[in-house]
Amino acid sequence: MKSLIYYKTKKITLDLLTHLFLFSIAVTCLYPLLWMVASSFKTQETIFSDISLIPKKFHFENYYFALSESDFGRYLLNSVFYTVAVVIAIVIIASMAAYAFSRLRFPGRNIIFAVFIAAMMIPIPGSFVALFVLLNKLHLRDTPLGYILCMINVGLSMSIFLLKTFFDTMPRELEDAARIDGCSKIGIWRHVALPLAKPVLAVVVVLNALNVWNEYVLALVIFDNKNLMPLQRALMIFQGEFLTNYPLLMAGLTVTALPIIIVYLLMQKYIVKGVTSGALFG
Amino acid sequence: MRIKSSLENYILVLPALLIFSVFYIIPFIWVFQLSLFDWDGILPVKTFVALANFKEILFQDSSWWQAMRNAGYITLVALTFQNALAFLLALACDRQIRMKNFYRVVFFIPPILSEIVVGMVWRFIINDVDGANIINRFFYGIGMPQLAHNWLTDPDIALTTVAIVHSWKGFGWGFLIFLAGLQTIPRELYEAARVDGANAWGCFKKITFPSMVPVIVLVAILTILGTMQAFALILGLVGGEFAGHTSVPVLRILSVMRDSSRFGYACAQGLSFGVILVVISFIQYRLSKRYRQR
Repeated sequence: MKSLIYYKTKKITLDLLTHLFLFSIAVTCLYPLLWMVASSFKTQETIFSDISLIPKKFHFENYYFALSESDFGRYLLNSVFYTVAVVIAIVIIASMAAYAFSRLRFPGRNIIFAVFIAAMMIPIPGSFVALFVLLNKLHLRDTPLGYILCMINVGLSMSIFLLKTFFDTMPRELEDAARIDGCSKIGIWRHVALPLAKPVLAVVVVLNALNVWNEYVLALVIFDNKNLMPLQRALMIFQGEFLTNYPLLMAGLTVTALPIIIVYLLMQKYIVKGVTSGALFG
Repeated sequence: MRIKSSLENYILVLPALLIFSVFYIIPFIWVFQLSLFDWDGILPVKTFVALANFKEILFQDSSWWQAMRNAGYITLVALTFQNALAFLLALACDRQIRMKNFYRVVFFIPPILSEIVVGMVWRFIINDVDGANIINRFFYGIGMPQLAHNWLTDPDIALTTVAIVHSWKGFGWGFLIFLAGLQTIPRELYEAARVDGANAWGCFKKITFPSMVPVIVLVAILTILGTMQAFALILGLVGGEFAGHTSVPVLRILSVMRDSSRFGYACAQGLSFGVILVVISFIQYRLSKRYRQR
């Protein structure tokens, strides 16, 4: 009886300590973000004096000003446009290729696939220098198309890898049935393989969307025209121009971070799956 | 018929192959090519200089090696502090406790944010000039003003600040992979060990740690590759006016390309940097293989 109480107290103490540890780290994770959101509702006068997380008065005009007066609305739209365009393109291009690599026969198939995978593993930190030169030659630098094509390439290998792994495990019977019904190869990809791949496609969509939304270096190298810049790039310029207007900057940061946090909370199952399957590099 | 079918199959791979060839293979080859030239990026004339760029990197470019040392330092902090924290949190979350899901969701919020956002938010929190410097306020509040510092402008401290903010952003990612690894260890192993009279530490030493070695190596490799190439966080944190004491290789390459217009030299830097990264991850991979064979 005594030993039972002993073990119970031991377990409770251990649980308490575990929670204390986990909870303090969780607070460290959340505090800067709550602080960012809180600051975006303060004014220039109160932002350094009132350091509470719940402002006494909410100043929504920071958001109005950030989105309308200071072009931040445009950058937001740019980011949304680039993200949607790249993700749609990757879903189509990568799933077609992955299906072919998994199911169809053609000369050089394994070598081409191996090159795609090798590209995923080998880092070339200077590649943006060469990309800059290349886009200049193609007259695609400082254009949305140039940026979109580069970003499709960035996500392609990882997406093909994830989708091929899935297609390899897909039962062949459905495809055989479709073929007997006279479905073409592209038809089978479109009407049989794609619908079955929905869970993996969700992973591909979410990982690539995060990747494009957060991308910085290519946006830095490719864009000179402010009107074409995505959020991350614009934020750095924003910081330079409005360095003294902190509530405005915090509103801009919140606008940049919030969509990604919402997507994460809604889709976290898929993100976790993508990360733990070892697909998220860097 | 056979050829026609093959051609048809190629159509499905063609878009991917086209984009990949133009935007990956060509730049890849050009990095090698350009690294042998002296070129400003604009003029049609490129001067062939053979390996002179690499010689300059090796023997004359002190700011490059300073940047390498800085990145090495941040990586060392990430490998030890960040990954140890991630591992401990994963162990804690692997126990049968409540709110497991809450912790898991929260820990992965910093990794999904962009480096720019994280850098700027932290700059605003800890900087004296254009921030609230909550940490210094805290130290003043508890009556220990000697602990207050200029976290981002003091050359002795700035790099450590960068490393810690980087760890804040990165640990959740290691945590998630460690946790997934821990959950693959069969529970029966622990029960059997308990029956044999093993205590918690014994279980950890004989079961948990050995089965986690491959995961630890994977996380270590990815930490090195990711952290050595990190740079946007520093831009957001320290601002555009990054001085030598927080510069890292990618920032050097960007600066050589954009400010000094030395495209060939920038490619040579990128190439030698890439080779170092590949060698490091290869060595680590081999070491882990040897460990597992034992």
